[in-house]
Amino acid sequence: MARKDRMSGNEAVSYAIRQINPDVMPAFPITPSTEIPQMVSTYIANGQMDTEFIPVESEHSSMSATIGAEAAGARSLTATSSAGLALMWEELLLAASNRMPCALALVNRTLSGPLNINCDHSDGMGARDTGWIQIYAENNQEAYDNFIQAYPIAEDPRVHLPIMICQDGFITSHAVENIELLEDKEVKEFVGEYHPEEFLLNPGKPIAVGPYAVSNYVMEARRNQLEALERSKEVILEVADKFRQLSGRGFGLFEEYKTEDADYIMVIIGSAAGTAKEAVDQLREKGKKVGVLKLRVFRPFPAEEIANAIRHAKAVAIMDRTESYNTHGGPLGSEIEAGLYRAKATVMAVNYIYGLGGRDFTVDHAASVFAELESAVENETEVKQYQYIGLRE
Amino acid sequence: MANYNLKEVMNKPERLAPGHRMCAGCGATIGVRAVLRALHEGDRAVIGNATGCLEVSSFTYPYTAWEDSYIHNAFENAGATLSGVETAYKALKKRGRLPKDENFKFITFGGDGGTYDIGFQSLSGAMERGHDLVYVCYDNGAYMNTGIQRSSATPMYADTTTTPVGSESNGKMQNRKDLAAIIADHDVPYVAQTTFTSDFRDLHLKAEKAIYTEGPAFLNLMTPCPRGWRYDAKDIMKICKLAVETCYWPMFEVDHGKWRLTYEPKKKLPIEDFLREQGRFKHLFKPGNEDLLVQFQAEVDRRWEDLLYKCAR
Repeated sequence: MARKDRMSGNEAVSYAIRQINPDVMPAFPITPSTEIPQMVSTYIANGQMDTEFIPVESEHSSMSATIGAEAAGARSLTATSSAGLALMWEELLLAASNRMPCALALVNRTLSGPLNINCDHSDGMGARDTGWIQIYAENNQEAYDNFIQAYPIAEDPRVHLPIMICQDGFITSHAVENIELLEDKEVKEFVGEYHPEEFLLNPGKPIAVGPYAVSNYVMEARRNQLEALERSKEVILEVADKFRQLSGRGFGLFEEYKTEDADYIMVIIGSAAGTAKEAVDQLREKGKKVGVLKLRVFRPFPAEEIANAIRHAKAVAIMDRTESYNTHGGPLGSEIEAGLYRAKATVMAVNYIYGLGGRDFTVDHAASVFAELESAVENETEVKQYQYIGLRE
Repeated sequence: MANYNLKEVMNKPERLAPGHRMCAGCGATIGVRAVLRALHEGDRAVIGNATGCLEVSSFTYPYTAWEDSYIHNAFENAGATLSGVETAYKALKKRGRLPKDENFKFITFGGDGGTYDIGFQSLSGAMERGHDLVYVCYDNGAYMNTGIQRSSATPMYADTTTTPVGSESNGKMQNRKDLAAIIADHDVPYVAQTTFTSDFRDLHLKAEKAIYTEGPAFLNLMTPCPRGWRYDAKDIMKICKLAVETCYWPMFEVDHGKWRLTYEPKKKLPIEDFLREQGRFKHLFKPGNEDLLVQFQAEVDRRWEDLLYKCAR
């Protein structure tokens, strides 16, 4: 039986963690994810869960201890944001290459500098090539739902990779919204117990983790890891199906919002998708054929699926909430455009950078993007292929 | 004196198998084997290891020399990694996912680079949080794995590849960091400093105490490196003896805050006796460098006096 409540994104993820009751959680506070270790600690202090919490002295150590605990046979996780994720970078790679199915609750915040505590996706996107599965949420409900699905995906023997469950800092993490929660029992059954095949604390069956490998072995190791990430796509879809049966909610790789007959489609990640959908609703009332593709799974990147979902449009806007400094587009823009090319789809694509360091992205901004696409197509004019929204020139 | 029988101890099964790729005469492997001999038979262990000579030479895929479970994560995080392993043990025991009669001990090895320097924060955190583990620093006084660069454990005036001796340089300009004292100041239950003696008694007893004292323990183990120190590999025991007899490497323990000398030379030898054996200090014996030896001796004396004071002697 679902229970209705009101919660912030951080509360929702902490609630999910309590319901899962993992074995070990090392964490170090950083805005705006700090509430997650605080709330988990409070649950523990009040006897509502009995996870072993390690108050480590840095995020590098939180990911190091997470890897140690996971290798030892414990279901483990941590939470962080921004510079915390950047400090973990080396360890993110090791978690993935050592095939540790641990979880990380990422509350997206911009990277320095200038120092700023607000939302953009530069932290998560900066870690996009570390080998982790990355799933992004539009709101508190999705952050909760995604977290419940984290371990069944990561721990699947076909996958055995770490998973990052992302939500937008402050916009989602601190804003209180309505939410539907599963019963504790339902979550426990859905997530199940963790019984790894091989682990450090397996009595009489010692293992060694983290070898030095000469050139003879490295390429094969990397390829194995890649294949696991490729396989995770089907597992993500299976788990999403199971979750939909349980809760009646959820999406697979992405959500298609009124895109079926759309001439103009906006591809976007995270909380701004809600804003974009509102713009779509308003424009639809005026007879405009517009839609939104909200990307849920960024890693593994569903390039072909996205290309097939948007290739019928006259033009698409690809929205990046981070600068990538490659000087020709954001991460989402670059990857979708590469995917379109490989799919031999010639739809016009414009890459917009928006909302950096917490800059507002409004319904008017979204509407102006659709208007620009439409005008370019109707009047056969050129649009700058890579541009900023809401920038003071 | 606790029970110690050299022959008995030496006949225990090895927990670091031969065939690893460490240099002939390497102090680190002698140290590791000696520490692991202190594990009681029947007790299992998880071994941690910071990146370094020991790691790259003992766990080269697909081979491992370790009989126990082993984890290497990265260079600077052996303390944090073992914190995670030890906490997982607590969690799994609490939740009944490990048999009640299975006892695991947690021992991590790091060189002085991974311990004194890049892994210092991670070590400090692990000690402060009170994890039930032993951190063993195999201190060979430089970054040997990358080719003998100075560390904060390198003694003053040592010739290293980043403090090379030249017309304008007498080697390293700074004194060693006293890491054992710093960890003792974390108020952990057990800290000890030791090296190889002819019967390995001091090392064995300290390792056993470190492993079987509840809570965090730190062992600072001098493990000479024939390549970096430039002595004849067969002379390792002589080098260790001179380090101890000159009071360059005092042997002590801090047991629940109480400092105790575990060995006091009958007659403190001059520091030249230790330095003369090693190529890294060759320049100190050139005419005109007598004052450097005087300064080195003064620093050894100062630290020794300080230690005697701490040990209430």
